[in-house]
Amino acid sequence: MKIKDYVGIGIVMAAVAVAPKLVGNEYYLGVLIFAALNCLTCTGLCLLMGYAGQISIGHGAFIAVGAYTSAVLTTKLGWSPWTAMGCGVILAAGIAVFMGLPTMRLKGHYLAMATLGFASIIHIVAVAAVDVTGGPSGITGIPRLQLFGFVLNSDTRNFYFYWGIVVAGLLLAVNLIHSRVGRGLQAIHGSEDAAASLGVNIAVDKIKVLVLSAVYASISGSLYAHYVLFIDPGPFDVMHSVLLVTMVAVGGLHNIWGAFSGALLLSLLPEGLSFLSEYLQTFDIRYRTDYDTLIYGGILLLIMLFLPEGLFEGLSRLLKTVFSLRRKWGGGLARHAE
Amino acid sequence: MTSSSFSDILQFFFMGLQRGCIYALAAMGFNMIYNATGIINFAQGEFVVLGGLMMVTLTMAVKLPIPLAFLSTTVFVTLVGIAMERFTINPVKHPTVLRLIIITIAVSIIIKGLAMCFWGKNSHFMRHFSSTETLDFYGATILPQTLWIIGILLLIVAGYIYFFNYTMTGKCMRACAINRDAARLAGINDRKMVMLSFALSAGIGAIAGIIITPIIQMDYARGALLGIKGFGAAVLGGLGNSMGAIIAGVFIGILEALAAGYISSHYMDAIALIILMLVLFVRPSGIFGSSEAMRLKEF
Repeated sequence: MKIKDYVGIGIVMAAVAVAPKLVGNEYYLGVLIFAALNCLTCTGLCLLMGYAGQISIGHGAFIAVGAYTSAVLTTKLGWSPWTAMGCGVILAAGIAVFMGLPTMRLKGHYLAMATLGFASIIHIVAVAAVDVTGGPSGITGIPRLQLFGFVLNSDTRNFYFYWGIVVAGLLLAVNLIHSRVGRGLQAIHGSEDAAASLGVNIAVDKIKVLVLSAVYASISGSLYAHYVLFIDPGPFDVMHSVLLVTMVAVGGLHNIWGAFSGALLLSLLPEGLSFLSEYLQTFDIRYRTDYDTLIYGGILLLIMLFLPEGLFEGLSRLLKTVFSLRRKWGGGLARHAE
Repeated sequence: MTSSSFSDILQFFFMGLQRGCIYALAAMGFNMIYNATGIINFAQGEFVVLGGLMMVTLTMAVKLPIPLAFLSTTVFVTLVGIAMERFTINPVKHPTVLRLIIITIAVSIIIKGLAMCFWGKNSHFMRHFSSTETLDFYGATILPQTLWIIGILLLIVAGYIYFFNYTMTGKCMRACAINRDAARLAGINDRKMVMLSFALSAGIGAIAGIIITPIIQMDYARGALLGIKGFGAAVLGGLGNSMGAIIAGVFIGILEALAAGYISSHYMDAIALIILMLVLFVRPSGIFGSSEAMRLKEF
């Protein structure tokens, strides 16, 4: 880990520590808990997109696998949530290996389509397999999580626990990037042929990353189920997967911190938009939540066209150029004055 | 086999044929852009939806005669395709495939969002091209619209063969698909070919949407599923191989209808996706592609 990463982790931990005091409102605390789930998934997705250079448009499906495994095993079989979560992780990892084996051996982005197809299949099964998943009406009565006999029954407790897991996930991801595997992955991104000739096992490494990112998504799904206590197929459609890709791409593909801030930013965006709509209403402009999709698409397109490295790095680069320009011009003006 | 079960199979066959033609057309659209740029256009399904919805407006609200509405819709969606290429693909200075793919995803979200704003969330009904009286065929019934769909697919295939084999522009496009650098050295304007491929692909998508809408009733959210089924057909037929894609598309459509009839209509939509996964596992080059060429393919 570099100093920058320690600083980042420190900032996140400090922010997490003070946030419930600052927010105070249960509703916004809930919004931040959902943001935590997105941050966790996007950290994993960033490893896959930014470092293994592969895109998954079906990460919502891994979330669904985690959520439904947790829900079914705890409500129908009465298993402990932690065992159920473990089963979800194993299942998601197994599916990731199963999908990664054929697609990662091919050149190009077949994984994108395979994951998109997989996500659609999972959604169809979630709606149609009524006996197991409850169909469109979903599963209710999912138990809350317990930690050493300590029930996570308030939003503040959930907030601290969920963000704790996000910090752990970030630590793991950052450490991974600076390990041998991580350097191998970065080499793959630079040039697959060069990396292969230096002894990086490209296909195996890519599959490992896919599995890890699937595990992140699955855990986030289980946590979702135990927070909302009710699941239905609605939130696991393809659009959610696309939204996750948007979060990572907007924040920055090649930087864990970028993906993290992108996820945080876009998770809070709907709240910002609803604020804005109230503001606009005073000017008699009607804003509907239907426009949200359009705004997500617009942001993604603009970022990809003009700041392909993402907001995080793009803005810092922009600031640097502005500063260097000012120094240059400032210096020039000063000389003129003499 | 009794005659009633034979007519059942025939009925499913016809149902599959009409959907299969749409997958075939979507797959052709994928292939055209793939051949010209090496990217998979995730907005392909959105072209189909846009074609269908525009046609609904022009025939049902504006009350244009069908041939005129057909033409204007196709031109409109073709212009959307050209605009997409000009404003989002062409300006990218250092294109990486990942970046271009994400751009097409962004465009698909935007088109979907706009379609939702203009046409709302409910599905739209459109009248058939000719009468809705079914024709009898060995105990099975067939809608005149199905004949229209098959006829238009055949016309497009004929046009496709003529364009790519007997016109200079078509030959230039083929040259670009085989080797872009060599084509550029031979004086072919490859950027123009990319634009043309988006135009053609959007136009074909629009036609697919126009002809299927009387049967399936179009709504704004159908794009993703139509697109991925079309991609399934493209992969099954061998990515980049349009004749293979047509056969594969029709095959997937028929299989889907049989599955809906004999297994469960709930899982009908999963059939094409399972085929897509199986092909990627077993034979990623598709049934008509060579595995040698596959190893070099990149997108």
